[in-house]
Amino acid sequence: MTTLVAILAEAWSEIRVHKVRVILSLVGVFLAVFGMTSVAAAGNIGRQLVTESAERSSGRPATVSVGAFAIAQAPDNERIESALRDVVERYDIEYSSLLLEQEIVANFPAQSEFVGMRSVDADYGTMHRLLLEQGRWFTAADNDRFAPALVVSQSFMARLGGFDPNDPPTVQVGDESPVTATVIGVLAGDDYGYPMVYALSQSADRWALTGSSDFAATPTMELWIPAEQVEEISAAVRSDLMATLPGHEVYAERFDFGEDAQALDTVLDYGVRGVGYFALLLGGIGVLNVGLVVVRQRIREIGVRRSFGATSGRVFTTILLESVCATALAGALAIGCAVALVLNLPYEQILGVPIEDLPPFPLAAAIEGFLAATAIGALAGIIPAIMAVRAKVIDAIRY
Amino acid sequence: MTFIGLAGIGRTVRLADGSRLEILTDINLEIERGEHIAVVGRSGSGKSTLLNVIGMLDIPTAGYYELDGQPTHEFSNRARSRLRGATFGFVFQQFNLLPRRSATENVAAPLLYASGRQVWGRRAAAREMLDRVGLGHRLDYLPERLSGGEQQRVAIARSMVRNPTVLLADEPTGALDVDTGSLVMDMLQDVVAQSATTLVTITHDLSVATRADRQFRLDHGVLSPLTAAELPSVTARREVA
Repeated sequence: MTTLVAILAEAWSEIRVHKVRVILSLVGVFLAVFGMTSVAAAGNIGRQLVTESAERSSGRPATVSVGAFAIAQAPDNERIESALRDVVERYDIEYSSLLLEQEIVANFPAQSEFVGMRSVDADYGTMHRLLLEQGRWFTAADNDRFAPALVVSQSFMARLGGFDPNDPPTVQVGDESPVTATVIGVLAGDDYGYPMVYALSQSADRWALTGSSDFAATPTMELWIPAEQVEEISAAVRSDLMATLPGHEVYAERFDFGEDAQALDTVLDYGVRGVGYFALLLGGIGVLNVGLVVVRQRIREIGVRRSFGATSGRVFTTILLESVCATALAGALAIGCAVALVLNLPYEQILGVPIEDLPPFPLAAAIEGFLAATAIGALAGIIPAIMAVRAKVIDAIRY
Repeated sequence: MTFIGLAGIGRTVRLADGSRLEILTDINLEIERGEHIAVVGRSGSGKSTLLNVIGMLDIPTAGYYELDGQPTHEFSNRARSRLRGATFGFVFQQFNLLPRRSATENVAAPLLYASGRQVWGRRAAAREMLDRVGLGHRLDYLPERLSGGEQQRVAIARSMVRNPTVLLADEPTGALDVDTGSLVMDMLQDVVAQSATTLVTITHDLSVATRADRQFRLDHGVLSPLTAAELPSVTARREVA
């Protein structure tokens, strides 16, 4: 223990005395570790952004889309919906939502126009990570309202004027028998100028928000289930629907982005890490170069230390530890800077996309960066340490 | 009892052209504990090599070296290094202070190779040692800011901080003027006398050599006792001092 403390004290003393050359030699290591860890962290955040964005459109992993098409007969949406709801009940699915996409007429103050309408269940908001800019998403209690509740997109709201939660705006929707609906929330995010409206499916049925007759849609059911159960439940659901809906083409397919995200992970893992290690290697060569030059300059000092009783092993360890301590310190500093940078960047302002769950700084990347810097220090320190051990003590002291 | 015993010690080196150069030839020397001996000789006579052999920085190519009754050729490199640190203190002609370290750090440096309490208490021990050599007011000075005499006093403090049994001084006054050299030698002798340390001084200065209990001449690698006639008188030495 005492020997280790003495070796560390000696190595630290060397670093302190030669701080300028140490700092200069470590710039490369610092930048490499900083780059590695901050890009890994930024990559995690980018991945989260992409994932959240994808989950808004296709659902969280694993979302299975279940549906049926009538073959050679008129579609019977009520029968299909009933069969789909039976599936949810039979397999005790915790999160599920019916989805029926239609177009419906909305009577805005300026004019009437077709808008996109999605009839969904309350779980849809959770399953698709929908973020609201104003107001709120549906709850089951909204099914019992005396007027249908709507959640609308930004351009829909713009056509209605501003949103006041204390005095929610109303809008008349429907073509043949229009009803007055209350807007309870406005979705965040750009709808690219295409007004959208969400309604609860039960509410849509009750108020006959059936949409345009030209737009023949059939309902589908989205199931949010554990990824490992996808195969088993999908097969069972297909089998059940084929039995209950003869004359229909049925499907139950995974629909979310989860599997595609693995490709992004691979790019982040191998691409970023590979570039980082290459940069670190270049930094290590810089440390090695400076180490070699400095050992030549320190031959006399090494000789004097041998006269103090320093063994070959001690000289080797000290020179090696100088390099390791210095690169470890540079790595730690780089990680600190990367954490400060990554956690304080205003991503939403920069990227213009909301991020719901900002991922924590990746501890694994930080540890990996630190260990890599330390290992590079050890590699870069070995050759100077061998040179120091091989130095001829007699000559070193004499001249 | 003999503490350092050299019998038939030789040291030969192979030169670049393949020939062999004999630096030390059949050296026979016995040194008692607490004794002060001096070896004089011209440049290139092998004085420093002899000192390095005694201090186990160099290994003889012939002969037998016993330290405190133990044959040193049986020691491993590691054991030799450890024994060197624990037994010998070195004072060099060019001081060889560690650059950019304060006087305290320089004196504390050998204690990093000691063990236990000596490591933890190295700074306090260094300050005490510097105080003993009259440099208590220069504790934080870097070598560059010290005079030659002060640097050599720091070097002496450093060589004594581990309480060595033997102090090996290689031309300790070689880089100093006469007056400063004399003061440094006075101090060196005081310090070793207080701790009954054996002192081996290598010098080309006969007036320094006369301070020793016994004097030897090294000429072309051959060691022989100096006769009284070859030494300057005590009076003359005092006049020089």
